[in-house]
Amino acid sequence: MIASRDQRPETARPMIECNEIQKYYGDYHALRGIDLVIREGEFFSLLGPSGCGKTTLLRTIAGFEGISSGAVLIDGKHMENVPANSRPTNMVFQSYAIFPHLTVAQNVAFGLRRDPRGKSEKAALVEEALAMVGLRGYGGRAAHALSGGQRQRVALARALILKPKVLLLDEPLSALDRKMREQMQVELIKLQRQVGITFVLVTHDQEEALVMSDRIAVMFDGEIAQLDEPETLYARPKDRRVADFIGVMNFLPAQITREADGIVSVDVPGLGPVELPESQVSRANPDDSGPVLGFRPETMTLLTPGQSSQHARETDVVIDEVVYYGDMTYYDLRLEGTQHTVRISMRNVFGRDVQSVGTKARVAWSPGSLVLFR
Amino acid sequence: MAKPGMDREARQGLTLIAPPFLYALAILAVPVLTILSYSFLTDGYLEVIGEFTFGNYIQVWSDPIVRAVLLRSLSVSAAVTVVTVLLAFPVAYYLSFVVRPERKSMWLFLITIPFWTSYLIRVFLWKVILGYNGVINSSLTGLGIIDQPLTFILYNVNSMVLTLAHAYAPFAILPIFVALEKIDRSLLEAGRDLGENRLMTFWRVTLPLAMPGVVAAVLIVFIPTIGDYVTPELIGGGKIPMIANLIQVQMLALDNRPLGSALAVTAMLVVAVVSLIFLWLNRRFLRVKQ
Repeated sequence: MIASRDQRPETARPMIECNEIQKYYGDYHALRGIDLVIREGEFFSLLGPSGCGKTTLLRTIAGFEGISSGAVLIDGKHMENVPANSRPTNMVFQSYAIFPHLTVAQNVAFGLRRDPRGKSEKAALVEEALAMVGLRGYGGRAAHALSGGQRQRVALARALILKPKVLLLDEPLSALDRKMREQMQVELIKLQRQVGITFVLVTHDQEEALVMSDRIAVMFDGEIAQLDEPETLYARPKDRRVADFIGVMNFLPAQITREADGIVSVDVPGLGPVELPESQVSRANPDDSGPVLGFRPETMTLLTPGQSSQHARETDVVIDEVVYYGDMTYYDLRLEGTQHTVRISMRNVFGRDVQSVGTKARVAWSPGSLVLFR
Repeated sequence: MAKPGMDREARQGLTLIAPPFLYALAILAVPVLTILSYSFLTDGYLEVIGEFTFGNYIQVWSDPIVRAVLLRSLSVSAAVTVVTVLLAFPVAYYLSFVVRPERKSMWLFLITIPFWTSYLIRVFLWKVILGYNGVINSSLTGLGIIDQPLTFILYNVNSMVLTLAHAYAPFAILPIFVALEKIDRSLLEAGRDLGENRLMTFWRVTLPLAMPGVVAAVLIVFIPTIGDYVTPELIGGGKIPMIANLIQVQMLALDNRPLGSALAVTAMLVVAVVSLIFLWLNRRFLRVKQ
């Protein structure tokens, strides 16, 4: 799973450093001590619900917002007195901010005004940048005649033509329809590999962050709740907020029976006794009444009648609801002997029938995919 | 249209637009057409003779006085327009970019306060302010800054420009304000992000996008000031007539309505041509869809 992604060496040079950033808007505490290092060439995402401070953080890096205390360094240089127009960053705005009074080519060439190169050289650069984003030959078009996806490409070309050290992307895909969004996700990844510069993406879409990023910082209430690679973030969320925000997770009440030698033993109604190492133990929400056990829908397998599994554990269930999605089927299962319902997902493969509501069945699971929140 | 239903619909539509149409006809078309037809008729003493002639136009277009007055009207209007728009732009900019959103309507309200008094009274007040023993002169002499009252501030073109610019300021502020309000603020951030400082961003982004408002302001100020009649009379002291004063003299004092009409039509044509040229020069800004 991990092998599919480019691995950036831990030793890559830091490109953006945020040290203890505090930001107040009047009484409102927007950023609460952000400490962050984004490495050179990394595709980094700031993920969180709206109002969590992710856009504010991006705008402090770009220089559109000042900070109350702390420091931003880009490529080792202090940015305190560097205005937005002098920072080695460029931004793709959420609304794309394409200049409506200019043509596509004039938009892309906007930042080249003080470039000493000649007119024809600049025109060639513009054409090259447009080709890079798949808009070869669009230079003469009026900006207002473009579709949403084309505007986004112009915004990308306009930023990348300046060869910034960091490209900042503020929810760049949120205005596109689903098909277009998925296509642009892949294109953005390819583009980032091609140009090799650091990308910092702000998004509220966890799927988008998982698909595109080398590392993700999940933010809540002006703080970074967890900073990890997508796989770790998904499989080992550090607290229940992160688990809730990223993907779907089932939660069951648990009782801790024993703690010794870095192993926590819990008893879970329906699943029975489970032993978990410390690495599978995370923080619960402050308002949780007790320890909670969580697992992802795809980590449990519904067995066909008579099938037995290689997994360590099996549990009896009753099928409460079946939701058929074409490629996937979601089952809501009531754990035998309890009132707890969990949702699991099964990939539909040829030769395996979708099981029907009301039947008794067995699921197989492994303690290694569980997370305890306490 | 074979369908009877369409006919009924068309008739309904016509009934709907008929009152405003009649109104427009009575208020706009009839007076203009009257003036136009007068301008081709012959003047008899104290009456208009129904004989077709180009004589009025020949007289108007060959008269050096008319030409001089028309040129003065154009240059005074142009000066007023330039001053008004240059003064209005910063106000509109401040209103759009600096004033907090919840205070904007109060500011707009304050800007319209000058309209609460009649135009005539406002013009007359300027005379009081600028006059030989007016507010400015008496305070400056009182403070000992000058010995003799300043004479260059009344009864000349400068004072006319000042008075007209003040009178038309709100008309210029409002369209520019609307154009500035429409500008997506992220465009300005994009300008900065792409390496331009605030001044260059203003020059390359804000100003071109505000141009439709500036063009509207220019026309709104330029067109009526050319025909202004009160200010030259009161502030100009009647010694520097503009085209409207000439028309007034012909129409009322000399009772030569055909010649006055020819003057009016000529002035209208000149304004129309100048305005169209101005619009044409700014066509690339006016095409922009935001």
